[in-house]
This record gives sequence, structure tokens and C-alpha cells, in this order.
Amino acid sequence: MQRRIDLKWVAIALSVAIVAYLALMPLGFLLWQSFFTPRTAAKAAQFTFENYRVAYASTETARLFLNSLRYAAGSALFAFAVGTLLAWMNERTNTPFKTVFFGLALIPLIIPGILFTVAWIFLASPKIGLINLALQGLLGTDYVFVNVYSIWGMIWVDGLHYSPMAFLLMTAAFRSMDPALEESAMMSGAGILQTAWHVTLKLAWPAIFATLLILFVRSIESFEVPALLGLPVGIYVFTSSIYQAIHQYPSQIGLACAYGVTLLLITTLGIYFQSRLTGRGSKYSTITGKGFRPRPVDLGRWRYLTAAIFIVYLLLIVALPFLVLVWSSLQKFYSPPSIAALQNLTLDPYRFVFNYAPLANSVWNTLVLSTGSATVIMLVTSVICWITVKTKMPGRWLLDNLASLPLMFPGIVLGLAILIFYLNVNIGVYGTLWILFLAYLTRFLPYGMRYNTTSMLQIHKELEESAHMSGASWGTTFRRILLPLLKPGLIAGWIYIVIVSTRELSTSILLYSPGTEVVSIVIWELWENGQYVELSALGVMFIIALFFLVMAAQILGRRFGLKEV
Amino acid sequence: MLKVDRLCTEYTDERGRVVKAAQDVSFEVPAGKLFTLLGPSGCGKTTTLRSIAGLERPKSGEILVEGTIVYSSGKNTFVAPNKRNFGMVFQSYAIWPHMNVFQNAAFPLQVGRAKRSRREIREKVMRVLETVGLEALADREATGLSGGQQQRLALARALVMEPKLLLLDEPLSNLDAKLRERMRFELKRLQHELGLTTVYVTHDQSEALALSHEIAVMNQGRIVQIGAPRDIYERPRDKFVADFVGTTNFIEATVVAAEHGADHYRVQSAIGELLACSVERLDRGDTALLSVRPEDIALSEQRPDGINVCEGTVRARVFLGEYLDFQVSVGERLLLARAHPSVKTAVGQRTYLYMPPEKCIAINQSSH
Repeated sequence: MQRRIDLKWVAIALSVAIVAYLALMPLGFLLWQSFFTPRTAAKAAQFTFENYRVAYASTETARLFLNSLRYAAGSALFAFAVGTLLAWMNERTNTPFKTVFFGLALIPLIIPGILFTVAWIFLASPKIGLINLALQGLLGTDYVFVNVYSIWGMIWVDGLHYSPMAFLLMTAAFRSMDPALEESAMMSGAGILQTAWHVTLKLAWPAIFATLLILFVRSIESFEVPALLGLPVGIYVFTSSIYQAIHQYPSQIGLACAYGVTLLLITTLGIYFQSRLTGRGSKYSTITGKGFRPRPVDLGRWRYLTAAIFIVYLLLIVALPFLVLVWSSLQKFYSPPSIAALQNLTLDPYRFVFNYAPLANSVWNTLVLSTGSATVIMLVTSVICWITVKTKMPGRWLLDNLASLPLMFPGIVLGLAILIFYLNVNIGVYGTLWILFLAYLTRFLPYGMRYNTTSMLQIHKELEESAHMSGASWGTTFRRILLPLLKPGLIAGWIYIVIVSTRELSTSILLYSPGTEVVSIVIWELWENGQYVELSALGVMFIIALFFLVMAAQILGRRFGLKEV
Repeated sequence: MLKVDRLCTEYTDERGRVVKAAQDVSFEVPAGKLFTLLGPSGCGKTTTLRSIAGLERPKSGEILVEGTIVYSSGKNTFVAPNKRNFGMVFQSYAIWPHMNVFQNAAFPLQVGRAKRSRREIREKVMRVLETVGLEALADREATGLSGGQQQRLALARALVMEPKLLLLDEPLSNLDAKLRERMRFELKRLQHELGLTTVYVTHDQSEALALSHEIAVMNQGRIVQIGAPRDIYERPRDKFVADFVGTTNFIEATVVAAEHGADHYRVQSAIGELLACSVERLDRGDTALLSVRPEDIALSEQRPDGINVCEGTVRARVFLGEYLDFQVSVGERLLLARAHPSVKTAVGQRTYLYMPPEKCIAINQSSH
């Protein structure tokens, strides 16, 4: 039966080729470059250990390493503590208004890291920070109460920013625990504390550890907080050091690569253990699908305290940052709120933003990049997921891992790897929008995999087989049966990728050039230029636009259970 | 019509072990007949069916339909499932939830190689929906159908393409008991009226006995017996078949002598000397297993005349409406006997068991 080439094999080969290219090329070049001197017009690249020697022989690096660990571990623990407390209050107690809270707690996920950080600078910087000014005014001193430009400030801002994610993950953990397991411990005569220790905690342990690991990885690869808060006072972590190495003159690409490889190793280890834990975790936390909810603990009068905690949390994470941005966006020059400043309210920053030439261009770039990459990713991964979920093709596990590989890459390391690759392989994408497009494709490929895998698993194999038995070819089956059935997941995943790629900064920051800025880069540039009020105006509009996108995603994504946005 | 010859199919499970799902499976189905593959789960019956469908690629063997090869390991031929033109009803029905009833049934006509006009499709689909009694629901969303209606729709979709062969994979197992019985009759009627050659897979022995012209009982990937339903039930050739199809009592025995009757043997068993019959030839001294169905054991309070009678004590009695189940001990052995509700023997009382020789099936154990 050797006839013309089947559409099936063309689609499969194409998808596999795209995934392999996207996932492997940058990684290969990153490793390669870290062992070579930079290629210049005069000299060819030479093999060297110099990059690693410079990176590791200095006490600077030991400091850098310790700083990174301290910062990431601190943020992870802080986010975890906050998130777990909130999740417990929300799932297992009778705190008032908790149903409203669940929706509200997800809002902060919308605020891009750079805007959240800027807002906290307005709130807690030693000179202009609102909190300091208010307390100084109240107590009549000039003592600096809080300083966001410190390792503790960085942990505070980053931990707070990731706490909704911890909240979501721990909520999922609490929900997936079969209450019957706890109840049967009670019936066996164990007290509340014994049950909590012997059953609840032991059952939740894999989830707890997995949550801590993922938070740690997210913190160690975060760029905005270390760049805005750490760099001005000389607190370096890996991500900000990579940025520094590229942006100093002459740029030290080899050194940046050595840092990048190290960071990549850390995140890979973290994600490896995390995925092993969650894989094993499924043995522990048995989802029975029964409609039981454990009876919530009656907190008595203490429930007013927990309600107060909810309110304070929402103030810290939503209301204060957003309001301070709104306030600043209505000023001619930044000044803290006061009666005098109230006189100077103006819409000038908004006028400026609307007339700001690079903005229109960057909005267009952002739209093109986010919708383009979302569309390509969802279509390519639907074929990849079909292979990994529906077939018994040899090597499909490899394909699955390949497509998930970019998950290991911190944004800035991915940016670095792609930068190096297209500097060395000149196919005319460097300095164009294409390099950003390829970067976004690579970076968000795993998200497409996740959404498509979830919905692909829900499609019974016989739905496809019956189409074959009806005489439909592979292409027809894919187009008329699989894609329509995948549609809800495709749309939800598409919107999700549009949202995260719109917020994306750490990869773009190494890859943009004049004319190819995206919105988050414009915000970054405004910050560098000290145009705070204009930045605030743009930020407020950006958050509102993202808010509507997320609402759409939430409505569509509801049927797919909990998803981190 | 359908010929399956020495079919072997393997697959690798999640842990990477090779599972020999169907081994050396051979059978033939004459045109217009309903052939059933019967066996417990994991016996290879579904794999065999899926190999015929082309959804599973066999390791070796040959499958011919109307003399045309659809699979042959020797000639390296494998016709893709969408080119075979077999109708199939899946266990889950596999009704596409994003299409309505009409669209589901029309799909095979739209994707086939033959280009058909809209009107022709409409006519064919409505005709087949009428056959299964769904014509009034043509515009209904497929997800809004009841289990029985989905089953009919799945059948309509398989029939609309006028298939050469109809494959049914446990089509009734997702229905409740009452509906299952009704659909059983309906399937039999449809199959008979349309004269479709059908391969039916089930683990339900009563379904197999009720529907089939011929049954192949499968165990551990192999066919252990092929025969008409009555043959399978009354003349099991194997301990597994006797045990799986219906309920039975097993009694160990040794052959004493061949009797004058063609296939009758005198045996010494755990409950005394009995006259039994066997399909296979037995020799003196062979060990055999007697299979006696509970409904073939007659109970009486007075000792009946003649042979194959033994004495026992009633140990337990279960009332099941249409009949009574008695647990009777004969010496060391406990036997199950099924009697008419009019039998009144109480627990602890003595009873006499009569087992007609032609109902005592001796299964040769020596040769194995």
C-alpha cells in the first residue's frame, strides 16, 4: 500500500520539526556559547573555560549565588505561608464572604510584575514611599520605617506577587483531599490535632513540597523585582546579573551564558523534583469525584479576624497598588497624595500616552505577537498532543518532554539563548519582530501542551475510531471530529497565551530593538527615563485591558478546573 | 464471507510489557450470520474485533472479507480502517457530542470516497433513522439522547454506509437490564431483516446464547470452543467453557469403562458410580471432570428408580422467584440444584438427586 504521502505524516513531521527546532536550538547554542569566546570580526570563536572561571572563581559569584537562594527561598516561603493560610481559611473555615474572596484573590494575577513592583516603590520607597510618609507624618519623625530597596523588600514584593499562585495551588491540594480519609481517622478515635498530623499533613506533604518548589523556581527566575529593586542598591541575583552582563559595554555574552546555564540547572532540578512529586502525589491525594465537602471548622468569633485578614490582604495586593498607580497617573509630576497635590489633578499623562509615538506601534506589535504566537502554538500542540495522548508511537514521551522543555527556561535565559542563536545563525530574523515571535512560540509552547493535553485526555478514543470506521481519513477526522471537540480548550489556551505573552517582559528585554518594542518594554523604558506619571497612566490602562481578557479566560476556562493564570 | 486465519495480535501496555491479546485465532462467518466472540474481560475478544476493524494492527495471520484480503502478514497487506467499509458500534457508542442526530448519522456518507448529493444523503439518513426508530429526533442534539437512543444512533451510523460487515463491541453493556433485554430482540430482528454479516463481542453469556448463530468462547487470547449456542451450553468441551457459560457443578471422576452407547462411559466419581457422556473419546483409567448443570439435577423426596441417583441432605435453600436453588450435600460434596418452586423439601431433610446421563458431561482431564 505504498501510495502518495499521507497528510497525517506531513502534519506530524512538521509539528515534530517545529517543536524540536524551537526547544533544542537555543539550548544547544547557550551551552556552546558558554564554552567559547565571543566571535568578532577579527577573531573566530575559541574554546574556553574562561567564562566559567570568571563566573565561579570570584567571591562575587558566591555572593550572587547566596543572594539568589536567599531571595528565592524567602519569597517562596513567604508566598507559601500567605497562600496556605488563605487557602485554609477559604476551604476549611466559615470565614464570612469567602465565596467573593476566591474571585477577588485571582485579580492580582493580572497585574504585570513590573507594574506591581513600580506600585510598591511608590508605596514603600524610603524617600517617596506613601507608607513611610504617612507613618512619619503621624508620628512626627523622619525615621524610615520600610525600605523596599533591600533583600527583605524584594522578598516582600515578589512573595506577595506570587501568593495568589500559592493560594490556587494549595486550594487545589485541599480540594483534592478526600475528606473521608480525615473522617475515618476521626472515627478511629484520633483527635483533631492527631488527624491533622497523621493524616492531613502526611497526605498534603507532596502538594506542599511541590508548591514550595514551583514558587522557588518562579522566584529565582523572576526578573522585574530584582531589576527594579535590587540593581539600584547593588543586590544582584542571577537574572539581574545576566541583564547587566549583556547591557554593559562591551557586553559579556560568555559570562551571561555561564550564569544562564547555572540558573537553568537550578530551575531544571526544581521542576524535575516538582513533577516527580506531583506524579507521586496523585497516589496520595485521591480525587473521588464525590460531592462531599468537609464540614468547615466553625471559628466562632475568630472568623472576624480571618475576615479582616482577607481584607488586609486584598488591600495590600489589589487596592493599594492599583490606587497608587491611578493617583500617580493623574499628576503632572509625581508627588505623594496630599491636599495640595489634589489641586493638581490632571489628565495630562493620559494625553501624553495617547500621543506617544512608540506606543501605537508597540500596541500593534504586542497584538500581532500575542495572537500570532497563541494561534500557532495551539494548532501545533494539538497535533503534538494527539501524538502523545492518542497514539502508541515510539518516542512520544520524548516529544512530550521536548515540548515541555521551555518550561525549564527562565524568561531571561531563553531570551539570551535565542539572542545568541540568531546572532550566530543569520537568517535575517535578528532585529525584527520575528525573533520575538520565535521567542514567544518557544516560551509558551508548554502552556499549549498543557491545555491541549487536558482536553485531549477527555476525548474518548472511540470518538475518533468511529470516524475512521465511517470512512474518514486522518485529516478529515482531525478537522471534523478532534478540533471541534478540542475547541473549548483551544480557546481557553489561546486566551491564556495571549494574556501571558502580553505581560511578558524578561524574554523581550534582550530581544527588542527600536521599532519592535512591545507594551511591557515601553513601560520599562518609561521607568528608565523617569517618566513615572506617564508610566502610571499606561499601566492603569494596561491593567484594565488585561482584566477584561482574564474575565473572558475565566468564563471559558471554568470547565477545565483550576488553572494558574 | 469473513475469514479470520491464524490471527495473532499483541500490544504493549503502559509498563512496556508485551501483551499477547489474541493468539492463533481462526474462524469463519458465513454471509448473513451473527457470530459472537464470548469471553471474560481480557480474553482477547475485543482485540480480535478491533483487528478485524483495522483499528489494531495484528502481528500475523490473515483476514479476508468476501474473498478480498484486508490484512495479511504474508503478503504484507493492511487496508486502513477507513477504507474497509465496515460498520462498527462501539461500547461507548462514540456519538460525537458536537453534532446533532442527523449530522452524526450523515457523517459516513459525507466523508466517503463516493461523492453524494445533499438530497441523496438526506434520503439515506432518514431511511436508516427510520429503521432504528429515531426519525422524529433527527434535529435533536446528540448529547440529549437517552442511553438506548444513543445506542440506536450508533447503530444507524454503522448501517448508513451499507457496510460489508457489521462489528458490535459490547453494544448493550451500558444499558440497564430491562432496556438491554428489549434491545436484544431489536438487534436480532434488525440483523435478521437486513441480513448483515455481524461479529458481536460480549462477556454476557445470556446475550451470546440469545443472539448468535454461532459462538466462539475465548480465554487468554485463544478460542477454546466454537459452536452453536446449544452446543456450547450442553456440550462444553472444556472446563472453562462449562464454567463460564452458565452455572455448573464440577465433580471429579475416573473412567471405569465405555458403555454400549456411542459416547457413554461408566465413571467412578466423588458421589458414586455414574453414567456420563463425552464428546471426546475416553479410555479406561482417564481422569475426567463431570459438569452437571443445576437445572439438570432433579430432586425428589422418594428414591426414583434407575441409575444416576444419589442420596443427599439439603443444606440451604434460596427462593429466587422463578425457581428455587438448593444446596445439597452428597457425602463430602456440595452440589447446586435448581428446582421448581413447588419442591418443598426443608433444610436438613434427605433428598434424592437424579442426573440424566446425557446431561452429565465428562470433560477429559488426562490429555491436558
